[in-house]
Amino acid sequence: MGCAVANNSAPRVVPREGLLDEVRAALGEALLDAREAVSETTLTVRRDDIVEVCRTLRDSFEYQQLMEIAGVDYPSRPERFEVVYHLLSLTRNHRIRVTLSTDEDMAVPSITSLWPVAGWLEREVFDLYGVLFDGNDDLRRILTDYGFRGHPFRKDFPLSGYVELRYSEEQKRVVYEPVRLPQDFRAFDFLSPWEGARYILPGDEKASPEAPGAPTPLKADEVKKP
Amino acid sequence: MTVASPAQSHEEEVARSGATQAKIANYTINFGPQHPSAHGVLRLVLELDGEIIERVDPHVGLLHRGTEKLCEYKTYIQSVPYMDRLDYVSPMCMEHSYVLAIEKLLDIEVPERARWLRTFFAELTRMTNHWLNLGSHVMDVGAMTPNLWMFELREDVMNFYERASGARLHANYFRPGGVHQDVPQALLDDIGEWLEKRVPGLFEDSISLVADNRIFKQRNVDIGTVSRDDAIAWGFSGPMIRAAGIPWDLRKSQPYDMYDQVAFDVPTGTKGDCYDRFMVRVEEVRQSSRIMRQCLDKMPQGPVASLDRKVVPPKRAEMKQSMEALIHHFKLYTEGFHVPAGEVYVATESPKGEFGIYLVSDGTNKPYRVKIRPTGFSHLQAMDFMSRGHMLADVTAILGSLDIVFGEIDR
Repeated sequence: MGCAVANNSAPRVVPREGLLDEVRAALGEALLDAREAVSETTLTVRRDDIVEVCRTLRDSFEYQQLMEIAGVDYPSRPERFEVVYHLLSLTRNHRIRVTLSTDEDMAVPSITSLWPVAGWLEREVFDLYGVLFDGNDDLRRILTDYGFRGHPFRKDFPLSGYVELRYSEEQKRVVYEPVRLPQDFRAFDFLSPWEGARYILPGDEKASPEAPGAPTPLKADEVKKP
Repeated sequence: MTVASPAQSHEEEVARSGATQAKIANYTINFGPQHPSAHGVLRLVLELDGEIIERVDPHVGLLHRGTEKLCEYKTYIQSVPYMDRLDYVSPMCMEHSYVLAIEKLLDIEVPERARWLRTFFAELTRMTNHWLNLGSHVMDVGAMTPNLWMFELREDVMNFYERASGARLHANYFRPGGVHQDVPQALLDDIGEWLEKRVPGLFEDSISLVADNRIFKQRNVDIGTVSRDDAIAWGFSGPMIRAAGIPWDLRKSQPYDMYDQVAFDVPTGTKGDCYDRFMVRVEEVRQSSRIMRQCLDKMPQGPVASLDRKVVPPKRAEMKQSMEALIHHFKLYTEGFHVPAGEVYVATESPKGEFGIYLVSDGTNKPYRVKIRPTGFSHLQAMDFMSRGHMLADVTAILGSLDIVFGEIDR
């Protein structure tokens, strides 16, 4: 973590000395956390101040380019989504990461007024995570199908999705149907093979003791009362 | 002859009588998703005023496969082949960012020969990527022969790929910790000879057919001009930002693997039009050839993957002898290795520009989140302002000069 001389051969960047202190002074209240890990700088900022933060970073700290906006879903957090901005300085040859958190309802101010490239990047986060961006006037879906429902990159969205489509020779058009997997979806838990992982087969009623009052083929008087 | 009905509209009346039309409505056409010069499955909704482009609305996502989500359900090493399928004309460069991101989190040392090999094959991939793009760009604006000649060269590269990795296209050759296997010396000798004898002839000949050609210049010069400020604001990278006059190359500014040990020049454009972007790529092919020759000279013998057995599996022969090697092999191909918790953003100079991987690890054997920063996504977004005011026929020239591949844009 943050070792001075890295062994790996990943892109080598000269660290900016004293960057964190300068950023703390410039951003003040808006900055919630600033840290350096694996020789990368991450700032956590207040959601409502993102436009001002980015403007300061662009104009005073020479981070001219917005390379990427990524969404990350942490369902266990009260504000489950993290929106991650990656900025690049062409003149100082440095990268910085700005993150903020939000949930399904709270809109994030759009930074399309600073960088036009943010338009599609925000559309993508909206499409895949359902994060709303206030001020992006073209917030349509971008990667998923026309008429798609749901936000597929959320952790609670199944990998197989809900619908599958095929061309129907009868109806002479593409039809959407619920997903039917010929083989059950397999998710192996390799983390604890020796520690008694519970692999429950679908339909294996003996896997867990029956709850009292569960449906049974026995007649009412044949059921053993506990 | 029909009798005009009273219900006939005013416009029809005007058209029939041949009087001057008072109003010409803009109309909208679809370009793609099945169009030879759409470079894949791109649907462009073009709003035209006569033959002048008023607005371009690219519809992407027709090739969306959810690669990033699939990666969350696979161990780290199982996701490497997905990277090949992103930008399928430069597979090894896609793997490069991904393995470097993992290596950065693991902080693992890669042997020197492996780093040279990765640099070498990344440059070979850059050449083959540029050949496809230059050839198809030339074909989009009406020439045929250079494309066929450059496909000859691409065929050679596919054969080299096969000899190195066993696959002609989806190589799956780079690994966290090095490369999958060593290459025979005969392959390196053959590539060296090919660089000396075959590439200059075919490549320079095919470029000489178009570079100073009057028709080619008429189709490209001053088309789709991008200023320096626009290139920065729209998140351009790679040949696109260099053609706009900014000498920015991640191989120079943030060197990875062995790029700080080789000498090469960064070509830049002066006007940022389609012709500049074309010529920047032409020069990059020459520079790649230069880098590859240096790699051949400097590449030492030695291991081609890290000897850390907690990350890189042992060789097959070793497994026959050693119980420990067998256990390592079994564990690495079932459970995989664990990556320390943390987040990294690693970007490399792929042939198309900055290709980044934002990797979030929660300390388990599968990534928590893999965000792919595609190159063409930002470039394609700029299509609207680049095409505005141009003629319909210029759309193909601009599209060709963007160098887009949908495997990567749609992910």
